[in-house]
Amino acid sequence: MTDPVLATRDITKSFGAVRASDGISIDLRPGEIHAVIGPNGAGKSTLIAQICGGLRPDSGTVEFLGKDITSLSGPARAQRGLARTFQISALAMEDTVLQNAVLGALKSRGGRLGYFRPALGQSNLREAAFEALHRVGLADQAAVRTAELSHGQRRQLEVAVALTLRPRAFVMDEPMAGMGSEGSRQMTQFLDTLRQDAPILLVEHDMDAVFALADRISVLVYGQCIATGSVAEIRANADVQAAYLGQDA
Amino acid sequence: MTREGWINAALYAGLLAVPLWAWATDEPFTITLATRVAILALAGVGLNIALGFGGLISLGHAAFFGIGGYAMGILASHAQSYTPLMETPFLIEGTKSMPVIWLVAIAASSLAALVIGALSLRTSGVYFIMITLAFGQMFYFFAISWPAYGGEDGLSIYVRNGFPGVNTLDPIQFFALTFVLLSLALWLSARLAASEFGLALGAARQSPQRVETVGLSPFRLRLTAFVISGAITGLAGALFADLNRFVSPTMFSWQLSGELIVFIILGGVGRLFGPVAGAALFITLEHVLGGLSDYWHVYLGLLLLVVVLFARGGIIGLLAGRRVAHD
Amino acid sequence: MTAILFIEQVLNGLQFGVMLFLMAAGLTLVFGVMGLINLAHGSLYMVGAFAAAAVAGATGSFLLALIAALAAAAAAGAIVELVVIRRLYDRDHLDQVLATFALILIFSEGTRWIFGSFPLFLDIPDYLSGPVTLPGGIQYPLYRLTLIAIGLVIAGGLFWLISCTRLGIRIRAGESDREMIAALGVDISRLYTVVFALGAALAGLAGALVGAIQSVQVGMGEPVLILAFVVIVIGGIGSIKGALVGAILVGLTDTLGGLLLPALFALFMDNSAAQTTGSALASMLIYILMACVLVWKPQGLYGARPA
Repeated sequence: MTDPVLATRDITKSFGAVRASDGISIDLRPGEIHAVIGPNGAGKSTLIAQICGGLRPDSGTVEFLGKDITSLSGPARAQRGLARTFQISALAMEDTVLQNAVLGALKSRGGRLGYFRPALGQSNLREAAFEALHRVGLADQAAVRTAELSHGQRRQLEVAVALTLRPRAFVMDEPMAGMGSEGSRQMTQFLDTLRQDAPILLVEHDMDAVFALADRISVLVYGQCIATGSVAEIRANADVQAAYLGQDA
Repeated sequence: MTREGWINAALYAGLLAVPLWAWATDEPFTITLATRVAILALAGVGLNIALGFGGLISLGHAAFFGIGGYAMGILASHAQSYTPLMETPFLIEGTKSMPVIWLVAIAASSLAALVIGALSLRTSGVYFIMITLAFGQMFYFFAISWPAYGGEDGLSIYVRNGFPGVNTLDPIQFFALTFVLLSLALWLSARLAASEFGLALGAARQSPQRVETVGLSPFRLRLTAFVISGAITGLAGALFADLNRFVSPTMFSWQLSGELIVFIILGGVGRLFGPVAGAALFITLEHVLGGLSDYWHVYLGLLLLVVVLFARGGIIGLLAGRRVAHD
Repeated sequence: MTAILFIEQVLNGLQFGVMLFLMAAGLTLVFGVMGLINLAHGSLYMVGAFAAAAVAGATGSFLLALIAALAAAAAAGAIVELVVIRRLYDRDHLDQVLATFALILIFSEGTRWIFGSFPLFLDIPDYLSGPVTLPGGIQYPLYRLTLIAIGLVIAGGLFWLISCTRLGIRIRAGESDREMIAALGVDISRLYTVVFALGAALAGLAGALVGAIQSVQVGMGEPVLILAFVVIVIGGIGSIKGALVGAILVGLTDTLGGLLLPALFALFMDNSAAQTTGSALASMLIYILMACVLVWKPQGLYGARPA
């Protein structure tokens, strides 16, 4: 088995009496899409926050590219190529689409921030930004103010910003949320091609998308990972049906 | 050129033309007023980097203005009394040289901004406003209770400090100096706004999470902006002290911090020339309304209320017709 | 330094602290419930002091003066809330800072216009003047002791109001969830006016009470306002308990610092140098205290809400 790109090792996080993460160990292997599903309140957001650096686990470690990153800050993890997209778009709304994309390229192109060079005047930053915008199909919107984009376009821009980071792994928090069926279908197709860039840890409610995309699925319930396996294995798993799918049906 | 660009050019030309005209018609008082506008605009340009670009509502920028002022006052008072600042472990003498004073003012106010910023930026929102206000007040009370440099009464400097090749006592020449510095600061602030740093700082104002996910620390961006901002405001303080040939604790007063914010709002938040428009309007109002009534602050207050409640975007916003300043 | 002097200063600090609490309580409630930063709170303090001085001058009654202070500040608060403040709840903090700064200009200059620039004096009534002898033989001014008592009684009253009355339940609900109380059918805009007027009345009362030991003049409110900000930064925004603890901490630190620091420096400096260094440092002490609390707990001692 190849070494995982990203892994949590037995991480635990409590808020008061609530164990939001209870010994979770999951890993993300090269080239795969690994979906994390679970009912509301299962601890998905807490898990993402610990992976991306927003929260520090009480115990256990987070490893990325073979290194322990548990004590690194969020920005430091991003600099190493851990790219994240948000459930609710977190973009600079007053700025243009191009500015948002250039923002992603700033740090991944190495070196310190320039205080005098105009950010938009640099060909390498522009190229990186336009390349990412092309991939998501927003290149012709580059000069538009982000606030004027449709909901679906903002999600695409989120992914474009993540792409400019030259990511080694993606962590995506419900990229299909609020997209509508046509939008979801397009995003599903797009994510399918994206796994060639880097593996994706996908937290998603849209089961059609999950079953279409995921190589493996992990199921979180009450802060515990009750099962990990292929789509077929998860569909057939009795615990999962009892704890999760059964509830929904 | 955009409409805002034309307005900026007109403001810039106007700020230069008024004192030149006053010089031609021999009205030194008007030149002094224009010099005040240039200096206060410079302080506002400094604050605008933190407040406009970074979204950091500092109600304590008088601290940096006052530190700049006292840098001038302390150095010049030692020079005029021929006593060194300190003799051990090494000798530091006072000076009457503006460039040296400016450098000291910039260094001292940056250092203060670094410390105040590092503490205050641990918080955000309304806490940040109150804490910067409190730190400003700390300097105010310190200046009052520290008797070595005049305490409550302040310090008078008898002769304006010198600049090589310039007769600083001539109002128009002193104005020229302040105008050049203001132009430099405006240029710097325009470059900064368009730079990689400016892009990241603006994004940190709109969405701190976004900035973190692209590998940048909002705290460091903000702290850097705060230090640059404090340094420019400190330089303005040194010039202001030189204009009046006097420093006193009122340079640290919270009203001054409030007025600096007023300049920016009157002019338009985050706009490059906002502080220039705001300072010019403020000084004009002070002069015109102050001539009509001793209680002109009432009218200023009413005007401000109207601007805040009904005319967001300031003068430049009204004239340029666009509310959003950031691009 | 004697033990008597020390105890006197502790009492002075306590008196200063409870008066700060009256200011800080209103500020912290207004921020907690309405999310508004109000720089003009100091103006309401001034309004209370001027109303008290004017009424005491006309009637000679201190009690009437206090009632006038409460009424005038509450009325001014209610009017300001109705005319200006309620337009600011949905605005960002910058607009709030600016609009309330404008209110300070209007209040201060308006007061100067009406009463002139010279300070007014408010006399302590005969029945409250003169010293009392405390256990241990300490002589302490009765009036200041009364201030401490009034402050503590009001603090107790506020805690009761917040925890036991229907208004208090609404205030607490308003702090945690605005939509919730709207859904419960509470008239929000009236609640806001009442809370604002209550905070204003407390500030006005503090202004009148303190006005009798200092002078009543334009600009008297702002230094107290800024100290009240320090208090709520230390105590945590929105917390009445934090405001009380913070106010007493600040009051004690300020008075005891002025006493102890010069004495401390006198141990290793000559006397006059110790006096200047000590008192200069003492003037900064509460801000240093604030900085320390911030490093330790950025949300203040009792603050839960990230602001």
